[in-house]
Amino acid sequence: MKSSVITFPGSNCDRDMDVALTKFGFKNKMVWHNDQELPKSDLIVLPGGFSYGDYLRCGSMASKSKIMNSVINFAKSGGLVMGICNGFQILVEAGLVPGVLLRNKYLQFICKNVHVKVDNKENTFFKNLDKKVLEFHIAHNEGNYFCTNDQLKEIEDNNQIAIYYCDQNGNTNDQINPNGSIKNIAGIFNKEKNVLGMMPHPERMIDESLSGEDGSIFFKNLLNNIK
Amino acid sequence: MLVNEKIAIEHGLKSDEYKKICKLLKRTPNITELGIFSAMWNEHCSYKSSRIHLKKLHTKGKKVIQGPGENAGVIDIEDGDAIVFKIESHNHPSFIEPYQGAATGVGGIMRDVFTMGARPIANLNSIHFGSTQNKKTKNLLRGVVHGIGGYGNCMGVPTIAGQTSFDRSYNGNILVNAMTLGLVKKDKIFYSKAAGLNKPVIYVGSKTGRDGIHGASMASASFDEKIEEKKPTVQVGDPFTEKLLLEACLELMSGDSIIAIQDMGAAGLTSSSIEMASKGNLGIEINLNKVPCRETKMTPYEIMLSESQERMLIVLESGKEQIAKKIFDKWNLDFAVIGKTTNTKNIELFFDNEQVANIPVNTLVENSPMYDRKWKKSKLPKKNKINKTIFKSLKIKDTLKKILSSPNVCSKEWIWQQYDHTVMGDTIQKPGGDSGVVRVHKTDKAIAATVDSSATYCWAHPLTGGKQVVCETWRNLISVGAKPIAVTNCLNFGSPEKEENMGEFVECVQGISEACKYLDYPVVSGNVSFYNETKDIGIKPTPTIGGVGLIKDYKKMITMDFKEIDNIILVIGKTEGHIDQSLLSRIILNENNGPPPEVNLFNEKNNGLTLLNLIEKNFIKSAHDVSLGGIITAISKMCIKGDKGIQIKKPKFLINEIEYFFAEDQGRYLIEINPKDLKEVSKILDKNSVHYDEIGKIIDKEMIIDQKTKLTIDELKSYNTNWLKSYMV
Repeated sequence: MKSSVITFPGSNCDRDMDVALTKFGFKNKMVWHNDQELPKSDLIVLPGGFSYGDYLRCGSMASKSKIMNSVINFAKSGGLVMGICNGFQILVEAGLVPGVLLRNKYLQFICKNVHVKVDNKENTFFKNLDKKVLEFHIAHNEGNYFCTNDQLKEIEDNNQIAIYYCDQNGNTNDQINPNGSIKNIAGIFNKEKNVLGMMPHPERMIDESLSGEDGSIFFKNLLNNIK
Repeated sequence: MLVNEKIAIEHGLKSDEYKKICKLLKRTPNITELGIFSAMWNEHCSYKSSRIHLKKLHTKGKKVIQGPGENAGVIDIEDGDAIVFKIESHNHPSFIEPYQGAATGVGGIMRDVFTMGARPIANLNSIHFGSTQNKKTKNLLRGVVHGIGGYGNCMGVPTIAGQTSFDRSYNGNILVNAMTLGLVKKDKIFYSKAAGLNKPVIYVGSKTGRDGIHGASMASASFDEKIEEKKPTVQVGDPFTEKLLLEACLELMSGDSIIAIQDMGAAGLTSSSIEMASKGNLGIEINLNKVPCRETKMTPYEIMLSESQERMLIVLESGKEQIAKKIFDKWNLDFAVIGKTTNTKNIELFFDNEQVANIPVNTLVENSPMYDRKWKKSKLPKKNKINKTIFKSLKIKDTLKKILSSPNVCSKEWIWQQYDHTVMGDTIQKPGGDSGVVRVHKTDKAIAATVDSSATYCWAHPLTGGKQVVCETWRNLISVGAKPIAVTNCLNFGSPEKEENMGEFVECVQGISEACKYLDYPVVSGNVSFYNETKDIGIKPTPTIGGVGLIKDYKKMITMDFKEIDNIILVIGKTEGHIDQSLLSRIILNENNGPPPEVNLFNEKNNGLTLLNLIEKNFIKSAHDVSLGGIITAISKMCIKGDKGIQIKKPKFLINEIEYFFAEDQGRYLIEINPKDLKEVSKILDKNSVHYDEIGKIIDKEMIIDQKTKLTIDELKSYNTNWLKSYMV
């Protein structure tokens, strides 16, 4: 299976994502933000980082970069696109997934392990996953997901919420919400479920010496689903 | 503008220093030249009060590739790999403007590391604030933490460990010391020594602005009530540009275009150009009209003294300009050929076709002032005679609660959760342990790093304190299973013009040197920060030591959390009951006098190396060094982290239980072993003459001391974790 990771000038999780994808059997290519064409890919990943410094709204400049036209076309033609952290912010700014990401509720960067509940498994990203709760890792300053009530209704009606922040038993409540996201939303799909944006970093949880191994479960499952 | 002595003094130079300049030049300097002299001759850049003593530091060792004198130190970690590391202070700017001060401190130290060709792989920091009652403390802490995070997180370099302390002596002078480690191939290290004539001198990175002019001079003076006026001397950081600069420099370094490279840190273009020329024994010629500026009408004086961030100066091989330019264009960074190397051994500056400065390089460097300042020796204070009945009146539970929730012991999670500590995917021990540990990417090796200081001990007796802080970092590394290799030091002191402060400096340096030598743990880099004082009140002497060690097989790394019920806990090293200068003494008994705990270097080395041997043999399940707050504080942290309890039986000693549990004797560790290994472990400890006591065994969720005192792990946790969070709300 072929994957491509887009490197923006300020991306800093591009290497980590490359390591993870390669480890679980993807043939991965790194693609420069200023390129026009995407290599033939089964999966495109927008990695975490600070794409263009993010002094403006996070991801807004990146969403207008050269390569993004191709990414948007790829997504619209049904290709699988995944945005992690800053990648999620870019997807939101590019209009590929609904909503916005505000500054964290307590106005602080947060780096820690979190649990997320996988609700919707009728999609390529989470199909056949044999766990309902995964332990992932977050590291962000602007992950507070927000949308209008109308949008929320539409998102819920279309089953577009991918993952929720929860406790280790899968309960979602305000106490375990790390950043103030509406409905504890940690990740969201587009309507067609071929585009996933999420704040947590599965690529930081890929072996037992790191913060955990649930990222491995995610990537292995993803690869099997694409095959 | 005509230069005279008055203007020189306004530049922070002394009257006789100005006379010396005129004598060396055989004329009066012009204003640009005076600015250059003031930048090179201030304390921060010239080390004029400290140089004579820094020579005494122990800096040599088998693993040292580069000692002090370069942008950073370099050590060998085998297989052709090397670690580049250094710690640096950004104290003065951080007090004036905490966010930018701390952020640019982090930016500056990372540049020092990647200037040498290394990719930064870990950041650490040691930050010190005034009393928690002081009205400025909270905002300073918040600003500094945001600044450190703001810069490091954007760069994508994990912040893996640190130290935070609070003490009244920092009320008017906080300390922000930032440390970076980078990874490089041994044969791809870059230095700042220029070589060859007529080689192009290249400016890359951000444009030059008016920010930070006189930053280094500001860092070389004490504060007074006009401190707010100094805000314009604080630089403004742009971590995104630094990230671009990092990637562009590493890309250029993968080829063979660079002869020498130097970042523009303190005193900007001045110190970088002069350092490269001086090391290469060459001259340098710069056309200041070619320097990319972001403000109009900047004068030569301003261009030379600007401390705008994220800039580098490179001496390139002739004919490689286009290759280099292409790379910097790709990363959208400024690139300009601004001059060339010459054989004049002078720095010659041109602006609007006129020569605006012409100074022999050696007058700025070798002939810079060096002072052997007067200093006062400290006596070892007399031991306090603490009435034993006081100890009997103290309850362990109440005392432990106070200690665990005290600002200097409590969990610093509120701080380090704001730092990205897992980016790069190799952090295998996060902040909150004895050392942070990162793997050497795609190898079995890992690097452990720690940063520590013990201002109270140094204040009570500088010589002992200097030794102690080196040993403390050594123990932190051993506790995670790393072989200590070398250190970097950041020496934070008050005014060197006061005999007491100078004495503290001299004796701390001596202590550091003795310990480093004995432990074969050399100093490879560092900096000195004097004049940490406001209105005549100076800080406690605070030498900060950053230690670095190697774990050959990262799977053998040790953490401090208790692992398994029924395992046995031993205390390695002897507990004599030293209470003076301990946390117990200061916050429970309100007693600030007396000597710090004695440091026995033989025991430190012997205990540490024996423990490493036990780790190597896989006997150790968890380990933690005993420091602030004594044995019981250390055990509490192991319980909290492992979410397990312990049944403790105090060994039958002559000292009472309060002394036993809270004493801060040095050279001690707590270790967890499987009961079946006790015999073998005891044999090894005995054979190496290491004192040890069996103190208890791991149980579920409760700390029980001699069947009398009981605490649940949840109680311990709440004491330890709540204080800082509620303070910062």
